[in-house]
Amino acid sequence: MNDERLGETVESQDDLREMVLNMGPHHPSTHGVIRFILKMDGEVISSCDIDIGYLHRGIEKIGEKVPYQGFIPFTDRVDYLGAMFVNHGYVMAVERLLGLEVPKRAEYLRVLADELNRIASHLICLGSITMDLGAYTPFLHGIRERERINDIIEELCGARLTYNYMRVGGVSFDLTPGLRGKILDFLDGLEVFIDEFNRLITFNEIFVRRCADIGVISKEEAISYGLVGPNLRASGVDFDLRRDQPYSVYPELEFEVPVGRGWAGTVGDTFDRFYLRIEEMRQSAKIIRQVLRKIPPGPILGKVPKKIKPEKGKEAFTRVESARGDLFTYVMADGTEMPYRVHFRTGSFNALSIVPKKVAGLMVADLVAFFASLDVIAPETDR
Amino acid sequence: MDAQTIKSKIGERLVDVSVECTDADGYVCVDVRREDLLKVVSFLKEEPSLRLDFLMAITGIDLAGLEEGKGFRVLYHLFSYPYKHTVVVRVDLPKDDPTVPSLANLYGSANWNEREVYDLFGIVFQGHPDLRRILLPEEWVGHPLRKDYKEPDVILGFPATRTSLMDKIKAARVKGKEEQG
Repeated sequence: MNDERLGETVESQDDLREMVLNMGPHHPSTHGVIRFILKMDGEVISSCDIDIGYLHRGIEKIGEKVPYQGFIPFTDRVDYLGAMFVNHGYVMAVERLLGLEVPKRAEYLRVLADELNRIASHLICLGSITMDLGAYTPFLHGIRERERINDIIEELCGARLTYNYMRVGGVSFDLTPGLRGKILDFLDGLEVFIDEFNRLITFNEIFVRRCADIGVISKEEAISYGLVGPNLRASGVDFDLRRDQPYSVYPELEFEVPVGRGWAGTVGDTFDRFYLRIEEMRQSAKIIRQVLRKIPPGPILGKVPKKIKPEKGKEAFTRVESARGDLFTYVMADGTEMPYRVHFRTGSFNALSIVPKKVAGLMVADLVAFFASLDVIAPETDR
Repeated sequence: MDAQTIKSKIGERLVDVSVECTDADGYVCVDVRREDLLKVVSFLKEEPSLRLDFLMAITGIDLAGLEEGKGFRVLYHLFSYPYKHTVVVRVDLPKDDPTVPSLANLYGSANWNEREVYDLFGIVFQGHPDLRRILLPEEWVGHPLRKDYKEPDVILGFPATRTSLMDKIKAARVKGKEEQG
């Protein structure tokens, strides 16, 4: 059959049913600049292709052209909602190349900064899930709490977003005199906030129905596609780098690892990923309290050679439990003052790669919920 | 898990495969020839006592800057959730023929990670279902993380360099003096 109305020849009625919908790159729910090319049958997605790279800044190439210390500010830009983790992963890799010892106090400060950053990142994630589903108020509540973390971290290191806090061999600044009280104040408020947030949105009937049983990722799929961190744990895999492959001073701290249990629907659905992050914030708060109690006095920067020149051909990799999961950093040295190769494999990159597989049969509105719950941020996928 | 155990396990089960295993800081490094890669990795994944079920990362490296005339290297970092051990599989590729079998059928995450290595290094993964550029635009020329890559002057119609404001001011001063004098 020919249909001349569209100005082109159409072979069959089936061709008329399918529509290509271009979602993004500039779309409020793509969390940055990611482009979805959706093939639609009515409102149901039949297949999906993802176009990324809009925020590709060639950070790995820059890494080959700046000295080891000079690259730390660039690592902030890999993941701007969790800059501490990328800092941490990179400096740990360089320390491993040199075989450096880091003072205890510096390690505690790193963990403190990491966990504060984790809460901040999760607040943004939780807020933006609700915002994508049409509830604007919870997002503002999340942002308000995050603002207090920003103030704390600003007092700690002078920056609010791209921290550049960690150094090879330690950290750049010590706690200021009044900061301890401020952090404790914030943590007291956070407990109240989490309960309030739960009353406000988490157990809201409409919200639960939008999230439960949507985008269910099974244990096997999660492992095969390399999902990491909260996304992996929501699928029922009981694994946390902080507990199972410990680094820094995490072995000295007590915390639980929440695992998805199908709180509202199936294990590994959108609601599990949402609720698990709320539980993780409670655990982070617990860790911060312990850090403030246990932090020893001492130097914050170890003995670091003036010029960092690891041996030629030496390589090291580290894994850090970032807010978006296992962050893999690889550094190779060639005997000069600059790294020979730097590589990051970020949690968002793998999380995004499972989207085309899972979206067939979903509606566009469900894609938004599913995608938001994976906590993908574009600069981290593109680097 | 040490290098000797893995080497003997591979030797027992896979005939005519030669691997080199070395112990490193907390992990085992397995050097394989590229024609054995698929066999070795699928063995490492399926073997009940190894179960390396998580492909952490695929890292491409251009070795030309380390030693003259060397080609590429691809690193596969594997991790086992049940046993919590790490194995790194290394494949060296010649410079004139950078092809390596794809692991996309074994690990879901290999799909995008291999596309990234292809994009930035030009290493071709044979048997990959959808080998396209991923981070750079389709029409990009060259592979930027290769050591012999030269940044073009014009990228997709936009100049890659620009004259600084100071240069412009200096040029204007020189021009002004010439006109006066």
